[in-house]
Amino acid sequence: MSAVRNRAGDAVVHLTIDGTAVEATPGELLIDAAERAGVFLPRFCYHPRLDPVGMCRMCLVEVSGPRGFTLQPACMLSVAEGLEVRTASDKARKAQQGVLEFLLINHPLDCPVCDKGGECPLQDQAFSHGPGESRFTEEKRHWAKPIEIGPRVLLDRERCIQCGRCTRFAAEVAGEAMIDLAFRSDGIEVAPFPGKPFDSYFSGNTIQICPVGALTSPAYRFKSRPWDLEQVETTCTTCAVGCRVVAQSSAGRLVRYLGVDSDPVNQSWLCDKGRYGFEAVHSAHRLTTPTVEKGEVHQPVTWHEALDAAAAALRDARERGGPDAVGILGGARLSNEDAYAWAKLAKSVLGTDSVDAQLDDGLPAAAVLGLPHATIDQAAAASVVVTLTGDLREELPVLFLRLRRAALDGVRIVECSTAATALTPYAAHRLAYLPGEIARLAGALVGATRAHPTGVDDEALAAARTLMHSLDGGGEGLVVVVGRPSLAESGETVAEAAHAIWRAYPNARFLPALRRANVHGALDMGLAPGLLPGRVTLEAGRDALSAAWGELPAKPGRDGRAILQATVDNEISTLILLGCDPLGDCPDRELARAAIEQARFVIFVGTHHTGASALSQVVLPVAGDGERGGTTTNCEGRVSRLAAKVLPPGIAWPAWTVAGELAKRFGASLGFEGVDQISSEIARLAPAYRGVDTALLGHPEHRDGVVVPLAAVPVDIGGRRPRPIDPIATPGILSVEDQGSPLELGAAQPAGAAGDVAPGWPPATAVPLVTFSPPDGAAPADEPAAGAYRLVVRRTLYERGTLVAESPSLAQLVPEPAVFVHPAALKELRVAPGSTVTVRSARDSLQLPIALDDSLPAGVALLVANLVPSEGRGASALVDASRPATDVWLEKV
Amino acid sequence: MTAHFSAENRARAEALVALYPQSRSALVPLCHLAQAQDGWLCAEAMEEIAELCGTTPAEVYGTATFYDMLHTERVGRHVIAICTNIACLLAGAYELVEHAERRLGVRCGQTTEDGEFTLEEAECLAGCDAAPCVQVNHRFVAAGDAASFDALVDELAKGRRRQEVPRHGVLCRIERTVGLPGSEASPRRQARS
Ligand code: SF4
Ligand code: SF4
Ligand code: FES
Ligand code: FES
Repeated sequence: MSAVRNRAGDAVVHLTIDGTAVEATPGELLIDAAERAGVFLPRFCYHPRLDPVGMCRMCLVEVSGPRGFTLQPACMLSVAEGLEVRTASDKARKAQQGVLEFLLINHPLDCPVCDKGGECPLQDQAFSHGPGESRFTEEKRHWAKPIEIGPRVLLDRERCIQCGRCTRFAAEVAGEAMIDLAFRSDGIEVAPFPGKPFDSYFSGNTIQICPVGALTSPAYRFKSRPWDLEQVETTCTTCAVGCRVVAQSSAGRLVRYLGVDSDPVNQSWLCDKGRYGFEAVHSAHRLTTPTVEKGEVHQPVTWHEALDAAAAALRDARERGGPDAVGILGGARLSNEDAYAWAKLAKSVLGTDSVDAQLDDGLPAAAVLGLPHATIDQAAAASVVVTLTGDLREELPVLFLRLRRAALDGVRIVECSTAATALTPYAAHRLAYLPGEIARLAGALVGATRAHPTGVDDEALAAARTLMHSLDGGGEGLVVVVGRPSLAESGETVAEAAHAIWRAYPNARFLPALRRANVHGALDMGLAPGLLPGRVTLEAGRDALSAAWGELPAKPGRDGRAILQATVDNEISTLILLGCDPLGDCPDRELARAAIEQARFVIFVGTHHTGASALSQVVLPVAGDGERGGTTTNCEGRVSRLAAKVLPPGIAWPAWTVAGELAKRFGASLGFEGVDQISSEIARLAPAYRGVDTALLGHPEHRDGVVVPLAAVPVDIGGRRPRPIDPIATPGILSVEDQGSPLELGAAQPAGAAGDVAPGWPPATAVPLVTFSPPDGAAPADEPAAGAYRLVVRRTLYERGTLVAESPSLAQLVPEPAVFVHPAALKELRVAPGSTVTVRSARDSLQLPIALDDSLPAGVALLVANLVPSEGRGASALVDASRPATDVWLEKV
Repeated sequence: MTAHFSAENRARAEALVALYPQSRSALVPLCHLAQAQDGWLCAEAMEEIAELCGTTPAEVYGTATFYDMLHTERVGRHVIAICTNIACLLAGAYELVEHAERRLGVRCGQTTEDGEFTLEEAECLAGCDAAPCVQVNHRFVAAGDAASFDALVDELAKGRRRQEVPRHGVLCRIERTVGLPGSEASPRRQARS
């Protein structure tokens, strides 16, 4: 194409739409160019996040060509210089009306009993572009309605207009075409393979984008009408991707979550766990009132009494053993403001630094905070991505979608993983290693060591190294995704692996991939030993912060594992559990159980009854997802706003209020009366969060949040792209807004003039942020013992945690536990797949069915964590977290 | 996955996949191959085809159900198709269909209990000159009136038309244009010899 350029120097194409001159980018689709020019063309099959297919013909317009004006689908036509388009001529209108009349021939028009009624693109466009009347008087086709095509998807085939959005989503975006259009003509239907239900982790997206009421979810079906819905835009706090969502409620109850098209984060998709996890908010097992253990039973008491009891226990502990006798675990599901309040209570009032949001199930906090961070967009645009994680589809599902797309777009992925993952088919190289060897593998990958890591295939390693050599010396364009590949492999060795890559490639960037919703925010807020809010160490930040916080602990405290160990050793007598259940969350179950039993007093602050709340002496109910404002920080370090849509149950309080009230019982004041005040305090005092206040986050250009620390000079962090206006992309969002309940971002006012991308951009801070240097000489794993298998403990999306167990849509999806081995092991053991074997470690033994995974190296046994209730024994019973890797023995039963 | 194709057919299948720059393109030919082997497309065959083509069973099913000549349900040893398009209709196709239904005791789309016959309606088979046009296992047969239809059914039941009407198999075009390993043994060659 001849290079026509606009004043900014970008290549442009000129066309005329309905007589108006329009500029478009070369290659842009006509339907998009028209939309930007304010002409919204009717459509069904076109979705801005899917490849166009031109299946429905609803977008027919008249387009000039060598043979005069012809009808063409605007979603299939790229703009061309000089193109003339008529979208509302008689011929175009007639074509659009004709298509609609055809679509309605077989459509049941049962809008009064259809979930989509009131937010339905077919209704809306029948009204705006339809003929008004149908000439079809024959019998319509009839189908049984609805049928279940998957555990979370109901299909009403009469309503389907065969746009193929659902099937294309499954194939293009999720990469698993578990449904397709089957049969032909008026017999056509969306169908899974017979006997293979559509149980994709992403199935809910098909319901979200279906332009009619053909796909509905059991969770929302018949729950509400669009005009009875209210909504707020907020952030999913199910995992650390932090997808932007709208939370919709009716009559004070959450009824539906829809994905928002946030360009830098979730691009309109959600995983089913995030989409349906809100059901847990209204579960019968919510804690609604404070309770105190009296005799054998928990009795409901007033807040006053419960807080007094908690304060008395804490005071007692401090008197007997000093401030270090108090340990605080958890907090990775709190908002930033809640986490900040608890960190302040712990470190400035209770005087303990033995605080950890992680229960030894993540990475050393210094590594998470102290490596140079990459955004998801940077990972998606990298030249090479190295993963040191478990299966991202199980842990951070939408991050998996983004990386999968990136790989298809040419990003080369080097996957360091003992077992194959969902990303493996898209990886350029997979390096399977023996658990415990990851640091050595990373060293070999970057050419730092000659020692050959055990279990790694030579050829694959050589090929991956060649790829690494294609990077420039500093490693520009290299992004390392670093999480916790296995709970039976210590976080320290993974951090060491990341550091080895950083040493070799100082310009590499790191995307932490810890799983729990706000674990990154909790660590940022100082819920970790030796750290203060804003990614500074206790030492570096002490002077600056003590002016506001008062006296701070003299030396760094204990981390999650050490807190549990110290409780067992009677050095810590009182534990505060911030929404965590060590019995389920800690990879070392034996340690967690011993600690809870040994503790003199346990205070549980959380949302649901759990195994841990039952073992606590005081239980304090707090507000959870959908019930609180504030902010949350995702894996990239993107801070985005949370909005409350419903009230907490009973007399539950926001978690920060509980911290404040406890402080008062120690004669202290945390100094804030509302969430916004905490946000401002964070923006003032937490170095990495300097300037990130409600005003900045409320600015329309920051709807997708901001990445901390804010750069001294604003850089493009994505998210400034205006949200697509296409009301048909996600039908349920705009129609609710249209009903007069605007998409609100809370009370924040836009700060600064429009176009001012950096309102209140912060001055550089004087306190240095933490940088990561691993403690040298972390003990490498020993060779596996003779006859032993190295244990891998993986995560799965539907684990038996509170959220899944309390969400009816998800609870039945928890897989059955099994032990996976390479087929060779079956021969060795002389057992058949499915038969029960004993898996024994130095700690405990379990009896499990054996299953095959031929991606595993021989000599490795893989278990999935948290498939049994926390009171039962699961994979964590086998793990000895004090060692870099755990060995197990398999025996035929 | 347990292999469903016989070793010989698996080799042919792999040869078919190798013919195309994109392995998905072999999807329909592979369906024909499976059908030549089993007479219909069972779930296991579709799963193996998906694996061979790098796609999913749902997509194989979606494609296979689109085509009338691919059967995703078990069919009889002889699939009798009667064309009911205009030329045949005018020449008495519907009368013939009714007769066939009575004679076989099944409706169109059904299979006799003994598994011998499946009756189908077909669109124009390009045999309008001999209307009403009838095919058995996709081979033309002369059976335009009730008497010759009955004779056909009798002979088929007795296995007398083996040479003319082979088992299921619709690979002739692929064999003709590119050849397949083991083609000599294919139904078509057998039928000719
Ligand atoms: S079910 Fe919905 S999304 Fe899928 S093809 Fe039918 S109308 Fe389109
Ligand atoms: S990927 Fe994570 S943040 Fe996104 S919807 Fe799923 S659980 Fe929520
Ligand atoms: S054909 Fe263009 S939107 Fe469907
Ligand atoms: S109309 Fe029957 S063969 Fe052509």
